[in-house]
Amino acid sequence: MSSRRSRSSRQTGTSMISEDQINDLVLQLHRLLPELGNNNRRSGKVSASKVLQETCTYIRNLNKEVDDLSERLSQLLESTDSAQAALIRSLLM
Amino acid sequence: MASLTSDNEQPPTNSNSSSTDHVRKKKSLFASSPSSSRGNAASVPTRDGDSHPRWRSEKQQRIYSAKLIQALRQVRLSSSSSATTSSPTAQKRGKAVREAADRALAVSARGRTLWSRAILANRIKLKFRKQKRPRQTVIPAVTTVVTTGATSSRGRKRRVSVVGLNKKSLPTVNRKVRSLGRLVPGCKKESVPVILEEATDYIQALEMQVRAMNSLVELLSGYSTPGSDSAPPPI
Repeated sequence: MSSRRSRSSRQTGTSMISEDQINDLVLQLHRLLPELGNNNRRSGKVSASKVLQETCTYIRNLNKEVDDLSERLSQLLESTDSAQAALIRSLLM
Repeated sequence: MASLTSDNEQPPTNSNSSSTDHVRKKKSLFASSPSSSRGNAASVPTRDGDSHPRWRSEKQQRIYSAKLIQALRQVRLSSSSSATTSSPTAQKRGKAVREAADRALAVSARGRTLWSRAILANRIKLKFRKQKRPRQTVIPAVTTVVTTGATSSRGRKRRVSVVGLNKKSLPTVNRKVRSLGRLVPGCKKESVPVILEEATDYIQALEMQVRAMNSLVELLSGYSTPGSDSAPPPI
């Protein structure tokens, strides 16, 4: 059963996963990734495994960044006293 | 300490009631999520298979920052009111902040994505309830995104094509998708398109989280270092 052609209403069951669907999702993911190094406008081809690898790395980097930021935030929150916290709150609302 | 926020209806009294507040908020989110996700999915096709603009808007960042401030205040309250004999280590405080930030992020997602529900469910430990619902809401979103992406790929400016999805490399691709699924919360056992979809949303949400926390850190460090060259704005 070629599921590539008939795409519109067949995907209600999750067992038939078409390749085009995955293609588009991988492309969507690729657009999100930061484009470092090669200006990949030249090559019109994107390697799926490379995209996935870079996605994993990128998510790990983002997680690490959030961890570092939350650590800094916790230190800053400890050092700021409540009067300044009220000040900040009134600024941000 | 009076609560000054206006967009949240539950005032942060103490950490005990916050979990029930989350349950109440989540229940109302789930009641509206099946219809709203279909409404959201219907509006996605207008974009050219583009990334969801939700996480990139200024408004979303403001909403998230407000929620983050609230959550952080709760963290401060709970950490200062708990045992003062053993001062919590910097790591524990950092982790508490991270968890609060993640929770605020998950709430900002308004219950439409798997990872946000997984984050909130981990907090309240209602996992067995959440497994039935995501099936209905995630699949329509995937199908409508697919149809628009397909039409635009047949059309004008799709110069980039994906290689490497042939039968020979499928196990490798599968393995990488599985490891990606382990990184995104709540997607360990999902199918491939679901993991890819969740990953795109998760990355954008994380980027917004980084932006919001960065600006917050800048704001706070402007206050706590006196005599710095960047003067805090007058009120």
